[in-house]
Amino acid sequence: MYKYDDYDRELVKARVGQFRDQVERRLSGELTEEEFLPLRLQNGVYLQRHAHMLRVAIPYGTLSSAQLRALATVAERYDRGYGHLTTRQNIQFNWVELEQVPDILEWLADHEMHAIQTSGNCVRNISTDAFAGIARDEVMDPRPLAEILRQWSTVNPEFLFLPRKFKIAIASAEQDRAATRAHDIGLHLYLDEQGSQRLRVIVGGGLGRTPILGQVVREGLSWKDLLSYVEAVLRVYNRHGRRDNKYKARIKILVRSLGLQDFRKEVDQEWEKIRHSSARLAEEEYQRVAGAFYSPDYETLNELDPDLGAWLARDRDFARWFENNTRPHQVSGYVSVVLSTKPGGATAPGDLTAEQMQAVVELADKFGYGELRVAHEQNLVLPDVREKDLYRLWNALTEQSLATPNLGLLTDIIACPGGDYCNLANTRSLPLASAIQERFDDLDYLHDLGELSLNISGCMNACGHHHIGNIGILGVDRNGEEYFQITIGGSKGNESALGKIIGPSVRGEEVVGVVDRLLTTYLDYREVDEPFNEAVQRLGIGPFKEKVYGAPAKIARARS
Amino acid sequence: MKNLIGLVNGESTLIDNDPWEIAGDPGGFENAESTRYRILPLKVWLEHGKPEQAGVLLDPEDDPTTLADSITSVPLIALQFHSFRDGRAYSQAFLLRERMGFAGELRAAGEVLRDQLAHMRHCGFTSFAVREDKSAEDALKGLTGFDMIYARSVATPEPLFRRRGGNS
Repeated sequence: MYKYDDYDRELVKARVGQFRDQVERRLSGELTEEEFLPLRLQNGVYLQRHAHMLRVAIPYGTLSSAQLRALATVAERYDRGYGHLTTRQNIQFNWVELEQVPDILEWLADHEMHAIQTSGNCVRNISTDAFAGIARDEVMDPRPLAEILRQWSTVNPEFLFLPRKFKIAIASAEQDRAATRAHDIGLHLYLDEQGSQRLRVIVGGGLGRTPILGQVVREGLSWKDLLSYVEAVLRVYNRHGRRDNKYKARIKILVRSLGLQDFRKEVDQEWEKIRHSSARLAEEEYQRVAGAFYSPDYETLNELDPDLGAWLARDRDFARWFENNTRPHQVSGYVSVVLSTKPGGATAPGDLTAEQMQAVVELADKFGYGELRVAHEQNLVLPDVREKDLYRLWNALTEQSLATPNLGLLTDIIACPGGDYCNLANTRSLPLASAIQERFDDLDYLHDLGELSLNISGCMNACGHHHIGNIGILGVDRNGEEYFQITIGGSKGNESALGKIIGPSVRGEEVVGVVDRLLTTYLDYREVDEPFNEAVQRLGIGPFKEKVYGAPAKIARARS
Repeated sequence: MKNLIGLVNGESTLIDNDPWEIAGDPGGFENAESTRYRILPLKVWLEHGKPEQAGVLLDPEDDPTTLADSITSVPLIALQFHSFRDGRAYSQAFLLRERMGFAGELRAAGEVLRDQLAHMRHCGFTSFAVREDKSAEDALKGLTGFDMIYARSVATPEPLFRRRGGNS
């Protein structure tokens, strides 16, 4: 958990004052909506279908129990009693009043939180592995560099009006859990043969209308050159990125049009001129920031807790949850626990009620060290739980509907808020998520299917990351009717891939049937322990397509 | 130019009798003296043989390095904001100041609004021709108050981590 210093506090406080003044000037008419727009976006305020939405930053997905309690208060006092976790580890409130936003921000500032640059054409929240600092497969803790980047990018005056939004993710484990290849800049932190920290820099990834996986632009960058290199990339992008068409303005389009080689040449030319500047990081700064992350005072425990063993043998439901929703920890006797926000029914993926937040605060204090994480998959993580406490924790989470054992399974759906909230969406993604969760609620079946991601986006902007779901569902409007295009074979992480479209889009009410046929095909063809996506790679989309469209005419076809 | 704010010894202040004018019309530059206090668009300035007394107006598309040969003699460079949401001029300003060592007056022109002035100052602008329908006096407030940043900028060449002085 990072602890603010006086500079951090002062900046966040001052920013609240500035925005309060800007809101007043907007309300008095002194600022036009056009002039106000980038100001409110850079303070996290969107105008949605029914109300304003406030997106609060959770830097690299890390928050304290006190901060979650403060967020619960926001949900209760200023919203309709809930908040929504996003795929970039932030939380958003969908029903706030613009007039009250300065008060909310002030409240957040009192708890070392803010909404700076959670929107707008600027560098957004730096995201990382939800298990940073605790994952057993971790190489190095990426959080100190994430925090250094957060500071560097916050109100960086040259880069506040970029051609388009700019997202950076950093990861440092065997498994890439930060979707680094779907970011404008993705960073892999690793150790070279001499044991020095190096960075692999990936550039030009992004989903949206033109999904592209990022490519490696530089290997072996010294961590000391992180800021100067990112500065060089941003300067090239700021100067040369397209500004005439918002759908062609992301850096991925610039990289594609220049070609990776020429893009690299441009960046290197710029970087050569600044790499020895004052932007070069120093060891002391790294140590200072790393030191601001206090680490829990772990107990010395045995690797296997006897109580846990006993409960696992005795309680099948608990054992299933343990198997599925906990992750190995670096410290023996501890695990990290993922709280599923996807029990199905009326709950939208990523939604947390104020009551759930309060309950989680208590659990984080009681069974952890008062710290929480937000995962890219819109779930919460309790990072440091003793094995011997797991059974009690599981019972408590079950009461709060946060113990659905579906992590990484079909019903652990990533979905955008869709047409129920969003101005951009042309279809509603949430009812579809709910229908799929309802149809496939048999846990034995889900576990038999094994690891399988299903992502839903309500429109081309791809906030639900449908391109990188094993099954991806994209909402499209056809003459005012909701249709959905289905892709399979997408993947994030180490085997990142973009899904392939299986055929013409289908009506909303047919999607569940299509998913069912895809799953049946998989089960018919799979080899022992072969995950869904590997089966798709091996078989190609042919058999799936045939099963979905070859079946007698139940599927309404549309022009694709 | 009207509605102008300048930095005088680092302090922001309203400038009343600014003699400079943006002159897009290439007519009437028959001698060097006639270009005094004219800010010429880059193309016009080049066509007229880089008159020494004139200022230069750069469009966001223009490459600042075109001015390399004249960087110590050109008295004023203005950067055009066609839209306040177009941030290219911030990088142009950085390049002119940091890379090319321009030490003259760097002016923001066009859609220049109160809430962006502090960012412009950070990037090396020293005068601000506020959009004419806005009050320059009001816009002055955009240059007062808090503007600490973590990163380095033209106005603050050392990033915060080098300014902490080891006492944090």
